[in-house]
Amino acid sequence: MTEAAAVNAPAPKQTNSSTAQAEMMSWDSRSRRVALLYVPLGCFLLILLFPFYWMTVTAFKPNAELYDFAQHNPFWISSPTLDHIRLLLFNTAYPKWLMTTMLVSVCSTVLSLFASTLAAYAIQRLRFKGSGYVGLAIYLAYLVPPSILFIPLATMVFQLGLFDTPFALILTYPTFLIPFCTWLLIGYFKSIPFELEECALIDGATRLQILWQITLPLAIPGLISAGIFSFTLSWNEFIYALAFIQSSENKTVPVAILTELVTGDVYQWGALMAGSLLGSLPVAIFYSFFVDYYVSSLTGAVKE
Amino acid sequence: MSATTAAPVWTKMRPKQGALTRLFDWKPFLAFICLLPAIGLLMTFLTYPLGLGIYLAFTDTTIGRSGIWVGLENFIWLADDPIFWNAVFYSVFYTAVATVGKFALGLWLALLLNQHLPMKSLLRAIILLPWIVPTVLSAIAFWWIYDPQFSIISYLFVDVLGVRDTNIDFINTAWPARWSLIAANIWRGIPFVAISLLAGLQTISPSLYEAALLDGASGWQRFRHITFPMLLPILAIVMTFSIIFTFTDFQLVYAITRGGPVNSTHLLATLAFQRGIPGGQLGEGAAIAVSMIPFLVFATLFSYFGLARRKWQQGEGND
Repeated sequence: MTEAAAVNAPAPKQTNSSTAQAEMMSWDSRSRRVALLYVPLGCFLLILLFPFYWMTVTAFKPNAELYDFAQHNPFWISSPTLDHIRLLLFNTAYPKWLMTTMLVSVCSTVLSLFASTLAAYAIQRLRFKGSGYVGLAIYLAYLVPPSILFIPLATMVFQLGLFDTPFALILTYPTFLIPFCTWLLIGYFKSIPFELEECALIDGATRLQILWQITLPLAIPGLISAGIFSFTLSWNEFIYALAFIQSSENKTVPVAILTELVTGDVYQWGALMAGSLLGSLPVAIFYSFFVDYYVSSLTGAVKE
Repeated sequence: MSATTAAPVWTKMRPKQGALTRLFDWKPFLAFICLLPAIGLLMTFLTYPLGLGIYLAFTDTTIGRSGIWVGLENFIWLADDPIFWNAVFYSVFYTAVATVGKFALGLWLALLLNQHLPMKSLLRAIILLPWIVPTVLSAIAFWWIYDPQFSIISYLFVDVLGVRDTNIDFINTAWPARWSLIAANIWRGIPFVAISLLAGLQTISPSLYEAALLDGASGWQRFRHITFPMLLPILAIVMTFSIIFTFTDFQLVYAITRGGPVNSTHLLATLAFQRGIPGGQLGEGAAIAVSMIPFLVFATLFSYFGLARRKWQQGEGND
């Protein structure tokens, strides 16, 4: 599909080639453009998307086809089946894992959005002495990777009696969500004109009213992108969920697929791929709704 | 009715405020309250564990037993451990090769995407997919692609193209496994690098290229003397992040090889996990995790100051 897109692409190009060429500022011939642009781009797309294609194909293939490349073309499914998905949904705790993951992601996203909105507002708008250093400290917190923290956090979680509960994850995920969201929201608040707040101050609004009724409604796009980032980051998180959760029913999807579905020496590749596909879908769908926010905030955050 | 009540309100400068409202309108208090949730959470679950981790590295804590101070014993023990040194070597090697690969290919992809293309936003959305999808789940897909018996790549090379006679050995011996993991990491890292660098490319003013074209600069010269220098500040930031998160990578290795075959693909993070959580030696695991810190600080300083030198020398404010 993507290859077709790349091959079909030059056709509409031809119609406005005179304007396009002027903008391109180079005088490439069409064949050179295909060789230097569309062919490499097609290769990139092919390689970047192939694992997903392979995941999907495997998830719907019956076992007979899966392990017999001589009789069946492995790139296609001759008789698609839902067996792997049925096995996953009815013979394992997969729905429970999905619910846990959803709960943890939503709660930690809400918690970190709340904390980082207030923090970003304080740093960017209340401008107290040393607010720059607080901002820098929060930014530096993002550079502390979870791989260093999980062992001490595991002992803390154990002592607090949170081991093997979703709360262990809900409380620890904000450590990597808050720095990122605060950073993103500081940038966003900066783009909202300060004069609007001054007008409200003159009209006698309190600062909390200003935050709630003026700044926040204007910052909704920023809040949405911070929310998407947090949700996908907490959905993807692995090492804390692996270290802090032990019982099967409390595991999140990424951990559960790797530890509960991989049993013995014979891997159930069909079920594994079906699980990976279903686990990726919520994030992919969620992401596709807000892709413009996502891309623009990602690029905006980098530009900051 | 409304007219009569409106009149007295108009004469007031501000509506009467309760003590609580005034307290919340007092700037220092409000700033404190606003910062409390974020700072509180970060102090409790980030700063304190960071200190605790460094403390644990000097104790012999195991799961279920709080340890005693043993000084440098953990580190001395690790210094004699070939598996630890192998993990150090592979972490550095993995980071170096994967970073070079990610940035070379990501920069190329960004340059391709920066040209006039149909359906540009759709393309960008599709390209980000490998970065969105949970790493472990795509790692499992790679595990299946690297399967010794039913690998699709082996099928392609052996049965379709006929260039090989035997299946490719991806993850069952040390060096192929190391390269396979690096390939998976590059695959996952390209989209982020490409999209971030694309943002940087779009901020470069076209008039610079026009001037260069008028001066007769070739394509390579335009890249070398305009694109690359203008891209350096963003490159420095993205590279710092990329190095930190590649060096401390855990998920890919844990999902595909779990450090095997024979401990050859352990990164420091996976080794720390293996010794610390399933192995129960929390002190030793913490020591391995803490030994990542000097590498991280060095890599950060190197990439940040090395690459951002230009901006830094010109005396512009650092972020």
